[in-house]
Amino acid sequence: MAAQVRYDDVVVGTTIPSQSFSLQRINLMMYAGASGDFNVIHWNERIATSVGLPNVIAHGMLTMAEAGRVVTDWLGDPGALVEFGVRMTRPVAVPDDDTGALLEVSGVVAEKLSDSLVRVDLTATSAGQTVLGRAQAVVRLA
Amino acid sequence: MALNPDFVARTYPASAPYQVGREKVREFATAIGDSNPAYHDVEVARSLGYADVIAPPTFPFVLSFKSMGAAMFDPDLGLDYSRVVHGEQRFVYTRPITAGDTLVCVSSIDGIRSAAGNDLITVRAEISTEAGEHVVTTYGVIVSRGTADAEKGS
Repeated sequence: MAAQVRYDDVVVGTTIPSQSFSLQRINLMMYAGASGDFNVIHWNERIATSVGLPNVIAHGMLTMAEAGRVVTDWLGDPGALVEFGVRMTRPVAVPDDDTGALLEVSGVVAEKLSDSLVRVDLTATSAGQTVLGRAQAVVRLA
Repeated sequence: MALNPDFVARTYPASAPYQVGREKVREFATAIGDSNPAYHDVEVARSLGYADVIAPPTFPFVLSFKSMGAAMFDPDLGLDYSRVVHGEQRFVYTRPITAGDTLVCVSSIDGIRSAAGNDLITVRAEISTEAGEHVVTTYGVIVSRGTADAEKGS
């Protein structure tokens, strides 16, 4: 139960490898089934647009899960995550086409805390707009 | 306010124990496209010090969502689910959820308020083993879009 990144090897400003994720309708269906969240706004364009959304939107928790992967892939051991929080500030619309939405996530060490803990701040954008706010993870490094 | 404020400070009793299955963990990890071996390969998970495969960090929401379902779908709360989006989510972990765990979830509604025409419900779930070992606490804000009373919103 230990991260593969050493506390002494990072400083405030150290960037972690960024990643891009493709979110298509199939991914929303899989997430609905695995999570049990079958809210119609994640699969029914007719109802989603009738309640004022731009299209079917991705589950906020799916967006959060992808953002978290950037941190856990960096850590190696996902159990080194101590705290993880986000604000879903803008919905990620997922059109009914062959490309879906592209989610781009980057992260940077924002603060070194005691006990080998550091805070990582994440930036998540889709179609050039930020979709998560105050996206932060506290992780325990080796 | 469109939502029933009487729901504030309600605590929902411990859920029926949730059995964390190895295949459920793998299914969830696959659904988010995550091939981290700690979620799929028992030997790798054991080499990291876990008893079995561990669940991705957002998996606890599956339990808290299930646990809060009773409140969210209670007609007395007045929530129109098609107007609901997720506003915020935070997890504070003691350890990862692990296949083989039997977990109980105690949920509370910590607050209901209005902002910019929306109703916001703050929920919390404490997830522990049956023996009482804390595993993770989830904090969430559920947003009901455009349902707050006009004089309080917009």
